[in-house]
Amino acid sequence: MERREFLIKVVSPATFTVTLFVLWELACRIFKIPLTILPSAMDVFGALWQYREPIADNSFVTLWTTLAGFAIATAFGLLLGIAVGWHRAIYAGIYPVLVGFNSIPKVAVVPVLVLWFGIGEVPAIMTAFLISFFPIVVNVATGLATTEPELEDVLRALGASKLDIMKKVGIPRSLPYFFGSLKVAITLAFVGTVVSETVGANKGIGKLMLDAQSAFQVPIVFAGLLVLAFLGIVLYAMTALIEQRFTGWAFRGQANR
Amino acid sequence: MSALVHLDRISMVYGRGVSSVRAIEEVSLDIAKGEFIAVVGPSGCGKSSLMRLISGLHPPLAGILTVEGNPVKGPLKSVGMAFQNSNLLPWRNALENVLLPLEIVEPHRSRIRTERKQYREKAIKLLEAVGLAGFTEKHPWELSGGMQQRTSICRALIHEPDILMLDEPFGALDAFTREELWCTLRDLQAARGVTVMLVTHDLREAVFLADTVYVMSSRPGRIVKRCEVKIARPRDLEVTYTPEFQEIVHELRHLIGRGGEGAH
Repeated sequence: MERREFLIKVVSPATFTVTLFVLWELACRIFKIPLTILPSAMDVFGALWQYREPIADNSFVTLWTTLAGFAIATAFGLLLGIAVGWHRAIYAGIYPVLVGFNSIPKVAVVPVLVLWFGIGEVPAIMTAFLISFFPIVVNVATGLATTEPELEDVLRALGASKLDIMKKVGIPRSLPYFFGSLKVAITLAFVGTVVSETVGANKGIGKLMLDAQSAFQVPIVFAGLLVLAFLGIVLYAMTALIEQRFTGWAFRGQANR
Repeated sequence: MSALVHLDRISMVYGRGVSSVRAIEEVSLDIAKGEFIAVVGPSGCGKSSLMRLISGLHPPLAGILTVEGNPVKGPLKSVGMAFQNSNLLPWRNALENVLLPLEIVEPHRSRIRTERKQYREKAIKLLEAVGLAGFTEKHPWELSGGMQQRTSICRALIHEPDILMLDEPFGALDAFTREELWCTLRDLQAARGVTVMLVTHDLREAVFLADTVYVMSSRPGRIVKRCEVKIARPRDLEVTYTPEFQEIVHELRHLIGRGGEGAH
């Protein structure tokens, strides 16, 4: 059983990833694809190593702006989600505005943010926040709204206030939804930061890729993409781990039912 | 017999205006302290509504409702409720689930932090009394349906309510587990002298457990029959096979059949 787990969880994804890179390398060699269209995997890894310092430097900026935007989105999304889930009137009032706001492509907002806050990290943080709070709000509100009416009766018959019911039942019940939404939100926040960096920033992987592109240093562009993918996986794994840690009951409960 | 709960020509509706549904019509009944009543009737006859009404969760449209002589104006607090679905919180173990009401209802609410140990012992005793010794630390998904239901009943009883309200609590269980739980409930009620209102569609269950069985008609619910079960206590499961018992069940079944206007 242990061995089987190891095969599935470690060997299988590793094999698949390596195979993908090998196929990429082979395709580039066999079809003789020019470096300016698609550099081979080896070229990209070469660029990654050669420019490791600026890449690490810019990655760090992207990472912390993403996390800052994500942190704001988490706090704001949680509070707004509780407000929206609290009462149907609040839900009905806020929801259309939220959906409308979420429909605006955030790329279109970046110039406005740059106008307000100037070129720098703030627009990136703001974009990450704006793009990622919506799923958190929706999920927390859904979790609160799905409290069983009978359980509410049990507690209300004891004289429980709305706040009591929220604290004892609503909020714990919505935690799996909340942590589930964090996985979506962190990837979105990442997208937001990079989008903002490619429009108006002086640092970050997005900016690095933009500069490399205008200088026709295509391997660096792809190295940037690789770094982005890698960071995305790390951030996702982190939130998934937190989710497992805090709401293990939800998973175990389902597994045995 | 002093009436703990008194209903005088109570009517109740859900909703307002044209879309309102008449759930209960002119129901009058008294529940004495320590009495075990059962309410039976076809589905959708307002049995559960009656329970919500007496708990103070839903106001009546007309009529007088008093508990211990006082008109009911809001949630009673002296009520414990359990439903067909055990509604246990999956992130709490059995013991913590049972302790939940104590975290809400006064005076326990302000004491539970400092006297958690005593309260835990009390909850453990209660769980042991329903046959869950050794399962107190288990989470709901580790318990069988019958065990979950036992826990749910403990949760309804932990704050020592005056009235225990059970809405088809054994409806989702298999026949053997159900009979086992009948006996658990019978013993609990005998030991604690709590007043019980049991809503059910199982006539054998009603007759076996209750002192008084009320038969309701289909919607809008009215009480069509009040039947005192004069079988001596303590009742053994064997009693359900006696002609006396069968006769009462048969009579009640007949009443419900007629109440349904021969729908079946």
